[in-house]
Amino acid sequence: MDAVLLQILNGLDKGAAYALIALGLTLVFGTLGIVNFAHGALFMLGAFCAVTFNKLMLISTKVEDTSVTLFKAFKEKPYLEIWFPEWGPLLIQYSVPLSILLAIPFMILVGYVMERGLIRHFYKRPHAEQILVTFGLAIVIQEIIKAVFGANPIPQNAPDLLSGSAAIGTWLGLSDALVYPYWRLVYLGFSVVIIFAVFAFLQFTTYGMVVRAGMRDRETVGLLGINIQKRFTIVFAIATVVAGLAGVMYTPILPPDYHMGMDFLVLSFVVVVVGGMGSLGGAVSAGFLLGIVQSFASMTIVKEFLPGIDQIIIYLVAVVILLVLPRGLMGRAGVMDD
Amino acid sequence: MKLGPLTDTTRFVLFAVIILAMPLWLEPLGGNYPDLLQRFAIYGIFAIGFNILFGLTGYLSFGHAAFLGVGSYAAVWSFKLLTMNALPAIVFGVFFAGILAAAIGFLSLRRTGIYFSILTLAFAQMSYNLAYSVLTPITNGETGLQLSQQDPRIIDSVFIEAGSGLPSTNLFGLKMSGYPGFYFCAVLLIICFYISMRIFRSPFGLMLRGIKSNQNRMRYTGLNTRPYMLTAFVISGMYAGLAGSLLAITDPLAGAERMQWTASGEVVLMTILGGVGTLAGPMLGAGLIKYFENIFSAFNNNVLMEIFSFLPNAVAEIIVPIVGLFVGSGWHLTLGILFMVIVIYLPGGIVEGLSRLAKFAAGERKSSKIAGGNTSPQDQPGE
Repeated sequence: MDAVLLQILNGLDKGAAYALIALGLTLVFGTLGIVNFAHGALFMLGAFCAVTFNKLMLISTKVEDTSVTLFKAFKEKPYLEIWFPEWGPLLIQYSVPLSILLAIPFMILVGYVMERGLIRHFYKRPHAEQILVTFGLAIVIQEIIKAVFGANPIPQNAPDLLSGSAAIGTWLGLSDALVYPYWRLVYLGFSVVIIFAVFAFLQFTTYGMVVRAGMRDRETVGLLGINIQKRFTIVFAIATVVAGLAGVMYTPILPPDYHMGMDFLVLSFVVVVVGGMGSLGGAVSAGFLLGIVQSFASMTIVKEFLPGIDQIIIYLVAVVILLVLPRGLMGRAGVMDD
Repeated sequence: MKLGPLTDTTRFVLFAVIILAMPLWLEPLGGNYPDLLQRFAIYGIFAIGFNILFGLTGYLSFGHAAFLGVGSYAAVWSFKLLTMNALPAIVFGVFFAGILAAAIGFLSLRRTGIYFSILTLAFAQMSYNLAYSVLTPITNGETGLQLSQQDPRIIDSVFIEAGSGLPSTNLFGLKMSGYPGFYFCAVLLIICFYISMRIFRSPFGLMLRGIKSNQNRMRYTGLNTRPYMLTAFVISGMYAGLAGSLLAITDPLAGAERMQWTASGEVVLMTILGGVGTLAGPMLGAGLIKYFENIFSAFNNNVLMEIFSFLPNAVAEIIVPIVGLFVGSGWHLTLGILFMVIVIYLPGGIVEGLSRLAKFAAGERKSSKIAGGNTSPQDQPGE
């Protein structure tokens, strides 16, 4: 029972990251009809927003180390701690969640520039060319990050309060041995909030309604005198922000390095396609489904039974679903059928 | 058949001469060393094979690296079990890659478009992950499959006394390293080019182009397109298997990283860069990418300092770090930018660029004739 619960949590957690990236991917596909291979790079950019923010917070100066009495010693002390001795250290500790504040405007800017500068020229081009140009862009972004931050992963810490493990077993009245890292629970909660926010935005606001209408029939919405293009650009920026935030919050779980985006991209693409191209609900549910399936497959009992299954299970599920359901779990007819 | 300014025979002879003379004309470009030349030829075969699928049918496979890997493994096993001769290795490499391609193609070709891409990607990633984990007895996992002194080599042990060191791959006694290795690959490349040209000109190739431009209409005429697609897929997989076995022949080592999706991505890049659906384009793209990879990545700041030494010191010190971003370990950045520029401005790849240049040089008067057999099919209704 414990093991099962733990695997479900693990799966939800992994699935949360997949779902967030896949959500943005499919949002872009559903609105602009663009297959964006640079989406993984956006996830990575988000993660490096957290790194940058942390570095900014830690800009230091030399101060005299008073704890050393024998000789004059110096140590590095961040300006924040000097200026605000009360809550400076706290700010530094909470740099990861706080870097969301940096990530949102930055990712909106990146998304806007990318859409206006590059993507918009590719609406009418074949999907293969869209894939290729965004793939090239992903390489460029990746290499720039590598040139700036180096090739090694840069670990980020979760706030002390959240860096321990939650005694879930005790809360639920199960065994005490069942514990789970707080930060992963936070990530799960955060993803759920973001996913609901995106859905609520599309479902319950007039703006979202127009976007949904545009996804159905772009021309008619345009004929009604609505500048649908502008709204789609904003949707692209939203997708960018979602990917970026997913990256920011993921940094304490996985130290970011320049190729983390590519690693996630392939899986998220599988997730999107399994969910059905252009279907938001499909992407989210496929994300969680594949996450859970994967973590169950990596249980020792399962592995003894079917060796190596944990390595291929995601792809296996993807293949079976695609062969049985031609449009994925929730794909609409007429999307990507050509 | 005469298409454009050249007949197919001249085109073929030209190609053969250019390939065989590579050591000569690459000398001034700094690319004349056997390792690199072998890579040109091998990846040329890989890309030409990929183009038979992608260029003719428009099906974008993201899993061709799997066939490359299988070809390598089969070749190394042939070295380990049978003989160090290159021919059986090639036969086994092509055979097993063909079988795998038939299996993957049979399933993947049920879907089109991005679904097909994802299916092939999924199969390739499965092969890759399995090669790393469960199939370790066959693939030797992370270390990679290597030759060893204890290998049985049944056929060789009958004829040749085992030496003290590791035997090297050979073709009936001719060692397959250095220039002989390159010429061996080059001859195979030329044969592959010829086959690909025949396929492009055959009714079968025409059928594949028909599928690319409108599969539904092909079906309406009562044609079952699946066997044609599968044949193209298998042929293209066998090309990849051949390339894989050649990789093993020139360097008898097979690792799982050859099957990773980035390797599949690389061949897509090569084909696009050169020109999809053209005969010589994939070879051009493969050569260019491998050239950049080897030449550009060897540059470091010292080399750059020397190059810019004619400038005043202060200027050079500013320029070198900037240029340094694009070469050495950062050459991927150059590749990415180059790639974006090509896709944005020249979707037909280098070949389209060349034919535009040719048009420009010949003037508008002749432009309709010069479009040539090498550009995309839409440009040549007469074909």
